[in-house]
Amino acid sequence: MAADSPQVASLGDVVGRHDTMDGSKPFITTRNLDFYYGENQALKSINLDFPERRVTALIGPSGCGKSTLLRVINRMYSLYPGQRATGEVMMGGVNLIDPKVDPTELRSRIGMVFQKPTPFPMSIYENIAFGLRLHEKLSKGAMDERVEWSLRKAAIWEETKDRLNTSALGMSGGQQQRLCIARTIAVRPQVLLFDEPTSALDPISTAKVEELIAELRTEFTILIVTHSMQQAARCSDQTAFMYLGQVVEAGATAQIFTNPREQKTREYVTGRFG
Amino acid sequence: MSARATRRKAVNLVAGVVAGAAALLSLLALGSILWTLVARGLPALHWSVLTTSMAPTGENGGLANAIVGSLIQVALGMAVAVPIGIMAGTYLSEYARGSKLGDVIRFVSDILLSAPSILVGLFVYVLLVATTNTYSGFAGGIALAVIAIPMIVRTTEDMLSLVPVALREAAAALGAPKWKVVTLIAWRAAGSGISTGILLALARVAGETAPLLFTSLGNLNWSTSLGKPMASLPLTIYQYAGSPYDDLVQLAWTGALLVTLGVLAINIIAQLALSRKR
Amino acid sequence: MTDLPAHTLSSFDEDLDRLRALVVRMGRLCEAQIIAAADALARHDAAAARIIVDGDAAIDALEAETEAFAIQTIALRAPMAGDLREIVAALKISGILERIGDYAKNIAKRTTVLAKDAPMEPMVLVPEMARMVAQMVGGAIDAFIARDAERAAAIAERDQVIDDFYTSLFRSLLTFMMENPQRITPSAHLLFIAKSLERVGDHATNIAELVSYSATGERMGERTKRDDTAMVTSPQG
Repeated sequence: MAADSPQVASLGDVVGRHDTMDGSKPFITTRNLDFYYGENQALKSINLDFPERRVTALIGPSGCGKSTLLRVINRMYSLYPGQRATGEVMMGGVNLIDPKVDPTELRSRIGMVFQKPTPFPMSIYENIAFGLRLHEKLSKGAMDERVEWSLRKAAIWEETKDRLNTSALGMSGGQQQRLCIARTIAVRPQVLLFDEPTSALDPISTAKVEELIAELRTEFTILIVTHSMQQAARCSDQTAFMYLGQVVEAGATAQIFTNPREQKTREYVTGRFG
Repeated sequence: MSARATRRKAVNLVAGVVAGAAALLSLLALGSILWTLVARGLPALHWSVLTTSMAPTGENGGLANAIVGSLIQVALGMAVAVPIGIMAGTYLSEYARGSKLGDVIRFVSDILLSAPSILVGLFVYVLLVATTNTYSGFAGGIALAVIAIPMIVRTTEDMLSLVPVALREAAAALGAPKWKVVTLIAWRAAGSGISTGILLALARVAGETAPLLFTSLGNLNWSTSLGKPMASLPLTIYQYAGSPYDDLVQLAWTGALLVTLGVLAINIIAQLALSRKR
Repeated sequence: MTDLPAHTLSSFDEDLDRLRALVVRMGRLCEAQIIAAADALARHDAAAARIIVDGDAAIDALEAETEAFAIQTIALRAPMAGDLREIVAALKISGILERIGDYAKNIAKRTTVLAKDAPMEPMVLVPEMARMVAQMVGGAIDAFIARDAERAAAIAERDQVIDDFYTSLFRSLLTFMMENPQRITPSAHLLFIAKSLERVGDHATNIAELVSYSATGERMGERTKRDDTAMVTSPQG
């Protein structure tokens, strides 16, 4: 494969060429997205389309910028001074990284699940109610309903319905992570960002979370950062391989894992890296 | 067994014995203090000590006014110190991380933490007693607050910095504004640690004598007025212990026992709170 | 494919090398069996033919070993991309080689029968055809070793020559049978031998296609099959 092939890849283009997208529209589109930690450029001209109600996996070695990309999309970086992004992250005709966009409102539409389960030090019920109260005024009855709805959606209702008022810290790691997913979807976002959601979980909990992602795919646009190529292969419709802050190759997951076009991608997915 | 191994074993044994002896010595010191206090203070501990005020020698006085005075001044001190300490600690941990101003405040607070308490007494004397021309319980309470504040600042900041960044980010990722992340998540997660710090500060100021010498002065009579000189247990112990009269010296021992039991109780509660968190 | 660096986990490379070595060994055995079968036929050597029949068991055993090892490698290494394609190709190629081995064995079996008869004139074409078929198999294995899609494509091209060979042999055998009705039995055997060689050519082409897919990830362009004998009617039409 030619070494000078374009560093910029668009899932939309690839989808058009390979007809894998069954016609879903891009929901989030990045164009010429650059990101800096102080003087360090961590993302270089990212041009990706994230299709609606599809799972897009971001893979690549540590420090390639895949987690950074997630943190740009929900403006997590704006919590910290010295971090800045330029370019476009378009969603619904709005550039999300425009300072005029309120990040707290934005985060109610783009939820995020982290590497380690992060239950709040409060009851299971309160963990979910916390996010809801930030954005909506719900009656007690409506709140109960929404808590149940989100726990059911996260496939953890049966395990928690009898202990809603006990501390979330007493749950197992896998349960905590699914609670965090429930907490995130309770506020009814349109987009879910998963940042290595199973790296701290055992294989069975991992399988449950992956199954959950497959179910959530019918309602949410999902981005998942993972170090496990098997996980990317199992969970995603599209895969983007990143290296040194750039997208090396993006395309249908089956193509990336059976017939990658770029040399770097080949080396990475076959375990010949570094 | 080789000579080296034999020597190593011997050195190991000696080191263990020396360390153990040192630990035993310090325990012995603490034990003997407690024993002396109980032996000397307990015989005179009657209800009358808790119910009657101080009186001249030979009149069977008690410590009621000193106990109440101590409670009032400590309560006032903590009422002032807790909110200021928590807010300042929160500022240092949540808002001033890495900033120059934060570093300066932290440095000053740490100096205050190690300042001799007699200096704090003098400072409040100049600030409140010299200007109002009267010693007062209020000035005493403020002096105790000045001692407690840096302790609470320090523990609050430390405990908040132990709260994982991931937890704050998780709250922020749900769309919580910063102040809600701090008050609803960070404080909650650090809650038991901060309470422990407050209890330890309370235990410390409850036994302070020096800052009260120039501020609340002490009072032989029953008085709950913050505007007037006020008695307190540590001051009473200081005054009575040096007195030539046996009954007053006895009362000083009893007072010392009471202070020690109080501080011990607070410390135990604090340790329990902390261990429950772990 | 050839310019990829070694795996970070070197034992993975060792597994792949072992799998490839198994396939190559099968390929070389098949090549030798075909040549030997044609040779035994030419020399009317029934004893040599029997050795070839017995020799097929070794190929079958190798196929079983290759299959088990390929499955084990997939399970334990979770291969991706080029690695996955290569392992799957090796698995399929070993199956094809086993079939080729069966054809060689079948030729040898018929040779034991034909050895009792006098030589027939059309038989002279068979050793040459067998040599070309064996070369195709060998060439496909060489392309597999080199992971060379171009070489594989060149091998696939050669199948046309084999098909032409077969067509002409088919015609001359028909003529021979009409002229010598008393020798229809050996002629039918010879016809099946020719057909077997033609099938081996097809299988060698399939191997070349798998090599090409393994190397490039793309399927080789569809070849139009030109075996004309299906359309052949009686010569005195």
